[in-house]
Amino acid sequence: MEVLGHYNYWVFAFLLTIGLYAVIAKPNLVKKLLGLSIFQAAVFLLYISMAKVEGGTAPIIQGGAGEQVYSNPLPHVLILTAIVVGISTVALGLAIVVRIREEYGTIEEDEIQAQDRDR
Amino acid sequence: MTLAQQLPALAVAVPLITAPLAAAAMVFHRRHVAWLVAATASIASLAIAIALAAGVDPVHGVSYEVGSWPAPYGIELRVTSFSALLLMIISGASALALLAGKASLDAEVTMQRRPYFYAAWLLAVGGMSGIVVSGDAFNIFVFMEVSSLATYILIAGGRDPRALTAVFKYLIMGTLGATFYLIGVGLIYMMTGTLNFADMEARIVDVANLKPILAAVGFITIGLALKAGVFPLHVWLPNAYAWSPHVVTTFIAACSTKVSLYVLLRFDFLVFHGSLAGHDLQFSGFLMPLAVLAILVASGVAIAEGHVKRLLAYSSVAQIGYIVLGASLLTANGLTAAIVHFFNHALAKGGMFLAVACIALRARSLRLDDLAGIGRLMPWTTAALVVAALSLIGIPGTAGFISKWYLVVAALDEGATGIALVAVVLLSSLMAVAYVWRIVEAAYFRPPAGPDLAVRDAPAPMLAVLWAVALANIWFGLRPGLPLELSRAAAAALMRQIQ
Repeated sequence: MEVLGHYNYWVFAFLLTIGLYAVIAKPNLVKKLLGLSIFQAAVFLLYISMAKVEGGTAPIIQGGAGEQVYSNPLPHVLILTAIVVGISTVALGLAIVVRIREEYGTIEEDEIQAQDRDR
Repeated sequence: MTLAQQLPALAVAVPLITAPLAAAAMVFHRRHVAWLVAATASIASLAIAIALAAGVDPVHGVSYEVGSWPAPYGIELRVTSFSALLLMIISGASALALLAGKASLDAEVTMQRRPYFYAAWLLAVGGMSGIVVSGDAFNIFVFMEVSSLATYILIAGGRDPRALTAVFKYLIMGTLGATFYLIGVGLIYMMTGTLNFADMEARIVDVANLKPILAAVGFITIGLALKAGVFPLHVWLPNAYAWSPHVVTTFIAACSTKVSLYVLLRFDFLVFHGSLAGHDLQFSGFLMPLAVLAILVASGVAIAEGHVKRLLAYSSVAQIGYIVLGASLLTANGLTAAIVHFFNHALAKGGMFLAVACIALRARSLRLDDLAGIGRLMPWTTAALVVAALSLIGIPGTAGFISKWYLVVAALDEGATGIALVAVVLLSSLMAVAYVWRIVEAAYFRPPAGPDLAVRDAPAPMLAVLWAVALANIWFGLRPGLPLELSRAAAAALMRQIQ
């Protein structure tokens, strides 16, 4: 039960590993960036999971609703920032890939390295 | 509140607010506006940093509540001796590189890119300043990404296509490092419910199940070591330094890896050493062998390297090793050596890369073979390069000697291990002599390749700043003054959690 109860964290670890594998093993630069994106998404899930409070609702104070249990809003805010950071990183990465394509005519890592050696 | 109390916030706000101004300079269709904005903002930052460094309380530092929200709920900025020293390094490197580097940057960065380039430069300065003044772990992550993204743009801003592949590698590894750090911070938040450094240390003591905290220690240490270029996680560094615009290399070699090292030391010494039993020994047992390997292997590679900038980049990896070695001794002297080396290495390596930027204006390429006789064509530049190189080696009377002296003194307190470490330091200094000699040999003892024998030294502004830096290497070697005082205070503050 302990293991199943933490399934969010298993998904986190699984996504993290998939992302890291793609970053390391794929020679295609766009696939590397996709791996990086999955890697970061895993961390978003970690933060969102820890914010969950059992039986908690959205943290909005309503007049007359009485005592309520709320989810922790802080990790949501943090991860909103981290998502923006992730988008900027992938966007910049893709821009660099476009420039690499213009200069080298390819986005495969091994072919780029072969050209760099000849320079 | 008086202006003096606002200084910690201004250290971050000035470069961040002026960055869009530099980008807006594109509407003026004038060539110099963006550069002027960036240089002025950097000088203003330097003035703020010096004012903070002169006025900082060595024990408690200066605390600033952003938006008047009290810590630990609000974000706290905390300027300590350590962060004041780093602020001086960051803004000083930025101001000097910009003042000197206009001619070099004009040659390397195309006209329409310049406003954005200088905006990215200011964002990098603002991000790094933010990292060193912030007292909030998540805030540091955001500033880390601001400065990293801006640094990637700077590195890819020149003409060399090899910079693009280098920066892609740096982007991938830098993001992995920052995300590892984010995981670590998340795990700590999960167990303690706080992001404030001071609060974190007090609350980890009460945590019943330490496993997530130990995992966090691993994630944070590895992530930051990756960003700091600690051997063997340095593979992104040599190419990123080598193919970026020369003035950018001067700037980032002086400060970017050191900022990550600062966060690493701050986390390990202020948060973990006091709250986790035995963490100090694990820290030292893990990092000391890596530091020794960094010093020996990277110096060895530098001796064999044929391109001046890659040679100096590998030398930087070795110098990061010195800093980590000093910290892993876990004594006040060791930490003083590590922290004063932040400053001294920035002076020496920044000076050398600036000289290389001057040489690049005249030489065909920066391969050692193409530098034959450059000492006769550019006598002033090459002489300044040699002065900075002597400081890098650690000749008595130069800034580099101060940090090596403290490192050796600290190592000698360690008994048998200490003797071995002193041997490593001496051996690596000899290796530094060897790789510096290869530059000197090419510059002075080989005849110039081409028929063009006219003396064509670097432009006057570059030479003036270059010599100011070279003489500063000697000045701070004879009178270590403020940097050493700040380092001592910083080391004492970090050591408070041990024993």
